[in-house]
Amino acid sequence: MLKGHQSWTFASKPVIAATATVVGPDEGLGPLGDEFDIVHGDATLGQKTWEKAEKALLEEAAQRTLDKAGLTGGQVQFYIGGDLMNQIISNTFAARTLNMPYIGIFGACSTSMEGLALAAQLMDAGAAHHVMCGTCSHNSTAEKQFRYPTEYGSQKPPTAQYTVTGAGAALLAREGAGPVVSAATIGRIVDMGIKDPFNMGAAMAPAAVDTITAHCRDLGIEPGHYDLIVTGDLGAVGYAIAHELFAKHRFPIEQTVYDDCGLLIYDREKQAVQAGGSGCGCSATVTYGHLLKRMQRGELRRILVVATGALLSPLSFQQGESIPCIAHAVAIEAGGEA
Amino acid sequence: MANNKKKNMTMTQQEYQQLAKRIEPKRPVLKNCLRAFLVGGIICVIGQVLMEMFIHWFGFTEKTAGNPTVAVLIFISVVLTSFGVYDKISQWAGAGSAVPVTGFANSLCSAAIEHRAEGVVLGIGGNMFKLAGSVIVFGIVTAFLVGILHLLFGVGR
Repeated sequence: MLKGHQSWTFASKPVIAATATVVGPDEGLGPLGDEFDIVHGDATLGQKTWEKAEKALLEEAAQRTLDKAGLTGGQVQFYIGGDLMNQIISNTFAARTLNMPYIGIFGACSTSMEGLALAAQLMDAGAAHHVMCGTCSHNSTAEKQFRYPTEYGSQKPPTAQYTVTGAGAALLAREGAGPVVSAATIGRIVDMGIKDPFNMGAAMAPAAVDTITAHCRDLGIEPGHYDLIVTGDLGAVGYAIAHELFAKHRFPIEQTVYDDCGLLIYDREKQAVQAGGSGCGCSATVTYGHLLKRMQRGELRRILVVATGALLSPLSFQQGESIPCIAHAVAIEAGGEA
Repeated sequence: MANNKKKNMTMTQQEYQQLAKRIEPKRPVLKNCLRAFLVGGIICVIGQVLMEMFIHWFGFTEKTAGNPTVAVLIFISVVLTSFGVYDKISQWAGAGSAVPVTGFANSLCSAAIEHRAEGVVLGIGGNMFKLAGSVIVFGIVTAFLVGILHLLFGVGR
């Protein structure tokens, strides 16, 4: 149901019946390594190309999710997914194997929560019994498509971010045990004129702040409503800027704990990831792996996940265009609450 | 130019960019320069040692020893690239490993490895000079201009 300008509340409280996360070696070595379902020691996953490896990540995550929920692909009405590759090939090709009716979306790194919000909306509208949403990214495919060949020796500036190799999928059901999706806010495009693709945190931070403030305004709540507000992949630079922007707009973010998935997934002291993690897989694996497990352990009751996306293309930044950014927020609450 | 850029932006955008500038960490230019000097120097010393070897042990002259020296440096660079080491060195060394001939070899080799997946012709053939191509194009253009100057003024004849 529409609430305010750009938010939905889900009266039927769709349940996140199962989630699964699959990551690569660097993410396995990070501080959240134990929270993921499958950690691959080999970034190629035994595949011939990086693109096939990325697709395999998603296939594994989706299959694992189905196994956990005790369902087959035929029992899931819709699969919603997207990724960073041109023409979202990773999801399309994975959907070919998964054999579920498929809705492809593109929201760059915001895809995880864009998919979850749409899936919850489908459930709430009674359009499905089960909906799965998923996303994936691979460091090497992203390097290849957006930057330079993976083995090319270029020096990255300290503002650059490291694309997460990982996939996350979630399955929504009408009832059952598990956390529920209670609300979502669809973000507007915010473009502050940043053109540097090695500084996406700074480009995306205003979009995240815009969506978080819009969410609280639409729902008539304060940030303290949540135990944790987490942004998708702002990294160290974007995170610091977001803090400044909250202060500037007198938004009381200090009522809650504010963190960023891009900072959680790696140990920036030990791993050479510059400003932190990024990519579709970043918010997906941290949310579906780490954060939902913390909810199950009872450490968190309500969280707001704000996945941030930089909607640039390799052509657009070469042609000197600025980077349009977006953020989508989804509120997740621990289940079993009256 | 700078003013022109600003004209196309709104006040809010300009204000934001100032804020972002203030927060984002700067490239450590001095540190990068020192590292580049060190690593670039080491690569040159290796080259010099190789050259001396070719002159003293293999009977090359000072003029002809250049070619085998460059070939060995390129070979080392390609091996390091293939084992996934060169990009790690470069993150530390910056221009130090990018400017010498080893950097050029790395740009060719990395592109060839990366695009092997798209086939030998379209992949390797079409993409190998993706990065090195601009070096060659502007190298030739510069050489052409210098050649014309040389012809007109006979400098260095």
